[in-house]
Amino acid sequence: MSTEKILSSDGIPLELSLKKAERKNKLKAVMLVAPLFLFLIITYVFPIGDMLFRSVDDRMITKMLPNTFTAIEKWDGKELPEEPVYAALYEDLAYLKKTKTYGKIIARLNYEKGGFSSLIKKTVRKLGKFEEGDYKSQFIKTHKRWGQNEYLVALKNTAPNWSYAKYLKGVDLKFDQDRNIIQQDEDRRIHKILWLRTLKVAFWVTIFCFLLAYPISYLLATLPMKYSNLLMICVLLPFWTSLLVRTSSWMVLLQQQGPINDLIVWLGLAANDARPELMYNVIGTFVAMTQILLPFMVLPLYSVMKTISPSLMRAGKSLGGTPFVAFRKIYFPLTIPGIGAGSLLVFILAIGYYITPALVGGASGSLISNTIAYHMKSSLDWSFAAALGTMLLVGVLTIYWIYNKLVGIDNIKLG
Amino acid sequence: MSLPNYTSWNYRVWHYTYLTICALVFFFLIAPLFIILPLSFNAEQYIHFSKGMIALDPDAFSLRWYEDMIYGTKNPWGLAAKNSIIIAFFATIGSTILGTVAALGLSSRHMPYKAAFMALLISPMIVPLIISASGMYFFYSRIGLQGTYAGVVLAHAVLGVPFVIITVTATLVGFDKSLTRAAANMGAGPVRTFFKIQMPLILPGVISGGLFAFITSFDEVVVVLFVGSAGQKTLPWQMFTGLREQISPTILAVATILIAMSIILLTTLELLRRRSERLRGMSPG
Repeated sequence: MSTEKILSSDGIPLELSLKKAERKNKLKAVMLVAPLFLFLIITYVFPIGDMLFRSVDDRMITKMLPNTFTAIEKWDGKELPEEPVYAALYEDLAYLKKTKTYGKIIARLNYEKGGFSSLIKKTVRKLGKFEEGDYKSQFIKTHKRWGQNEYLVALKNTAPNWSYAKYLKGVDLKFDQDRNIIQQDEDRRIHKILWLRTLKVAFWVTIFCFLLAYPISYLLATLPMKYSNLLMICVLLPFWTSLLVRTSSWMVLLQQQGPINDLIVWLGLAANDARPELMYNVIGTFVAMTQILLPFMVLPLYSVMKTISPSLMRAGKSLGGTPFVAFRKIYFPLTIPGIGAGSLLVFILAIGYYITPALVGGASGSLISNTIAYHMKSSLDWSFAAALGTMLLVGVLTIYWIYNKLVGIDNIKLG
Repeated sequence: MSLPNYTSWNYRVWHYTYLTICALVFFFLIAPLFIILPLSFNAEQYIHFSKGMIALDPDAFSLRWYEDMIYGTKNPWGLAAKNSIIIAFFATIGSTILGTVAALGLSSRHMPYKAAFMALLISPMIVPLIISASGMYFFYSRIGLQGTYAGVVLAHAVLGVPFVIITVTATLVGFDKSLTRAAANMGAGPVRTFFKIQMPLILPGVISGGLFAFITSFDEVVVVLFVGSAGQKTLPWQMFTGLREQISPTILAVATILIAMSIILLTTLELLRRRSERLRGMSPG
């Protein structure tokens, strides 16, 4: 190799002009992706981040009672606080009463400790009669709870701007009076069950999908084109049909007077007046979700099986293996990438399912998504919805990451 | 599949059992869709088979639920269908244009951090809808887009993007780069090359991506429930509330029409796929 640099026609070293061209191409590619990237960041990534942020954001109380929290900061929580704390509290509450915004703090304080609701309401009502000076005794006279240490400790506990209390609630834990983490009361431990149920449903739906998808994918991959194209329609048509349509067909099938129950009665498995409940429980969720997600398992399995040469099986058999051994030792290991892709996809989709459990699941078949929706729309505990959402999202993104590592996201196939 | 006549008896049994299993699975996949069809022609107000229907008595069948769907009092379906089509149309345009342009960039071998970008752009398909919906709800309320057509269209455009990206990048894999170089050689600018050479060749991929985006928006209910308000009620929304309250044969009539629609869509897609393969010379016919 000569040490002299090769020059391009305009006298610039070739290496440099190549690099320049590379850079230009790179810039061009980035510029093409940029509009969509920005669009998604603004309309999608940022909103989700913003929502998740609510799960730890606990600044509301601190903002509404600023003077109180400055005054109470140095209080050690052993004896009742001194006069300045009560004076500051009076100042804050008077302002909240004037602006009619005290309603907001009630829910938050009541969540910290039951009994705050009536305490704040009564105090605010009588605030007009307060006289200047010695607020401490006036507060205690208005409501004896102002003289009980535990309420002031609870008030002080709401001071930090950030809190992970909602995450604890999501796994049935909570803070006690002294900020220790303890189990939720027995009758309020519902979320662990819900998480377990969600995982269980997603797991079994994945298994069922695999068991049902494997034989038909094999058939589709080995049949001659003209038959397999026809059968492929049976997979693609449900895939393309509205989710609501498919769910309503399951509601028709599984209802008490529906065809499946008719069949059960006809076969004599149950009496006509004791038809089993197939819907509004976890059975309905299982059956409907398996059928709805089945195409997501068939398509990746099929595309992997399509690439396996039939001569491999023939070779295995000619070397003396029985068909079963040939299948187990040769065919099955080759389909594992497809099994992985399909299972992860089905699991990811199943774990966040909302519509089908909401319609056919009833109370015992509802999943974590339904609870998030409930807290978003009905109970309006948005920060809790956000906490549950974050936990679900972290789970899903972990699986997505594994999927990306194992399968490669650009290998997703659609029909 | 016929078996050669040297196969053992054992294998034969196993083979036919296997075929039976397959038939059952296909039945499980497809039969639920077709249970809706006869019931939507029910003359009575039930969603199960009446005695007359089983006996194939013509009086047990009627078109009353289809009439109810179109002419019924306080009929919500007309507006819902209109909303669905408008929203899906604009959302599709948005995601198809942005998605196709981005797919061009992603398929370039000069694109840095390709895998990371790809993972991000496909994430709307993976992230549970309830999370996307909640996030968008807060954000869109804050900027005044909650309960507007624009808000729902934007949200649905986001959800359609992954499908466009996947189908268009898949089409671009088979695209012969020397064609664009040839065009450039003959003096065409990049824009002209794109519209004259690249676009016609990847068009089948773009259209099927667009169809995916359309059906995603058309079928989507969780995000609409959060980002939309009563004015943007779409077909799936109407069906969802209908199914929650009282499942009526009218819903089954709507469902039948939607199934017919997906059959048409599927046929279109299949034709597009064949055309695309023919254009790229991948398979004969």
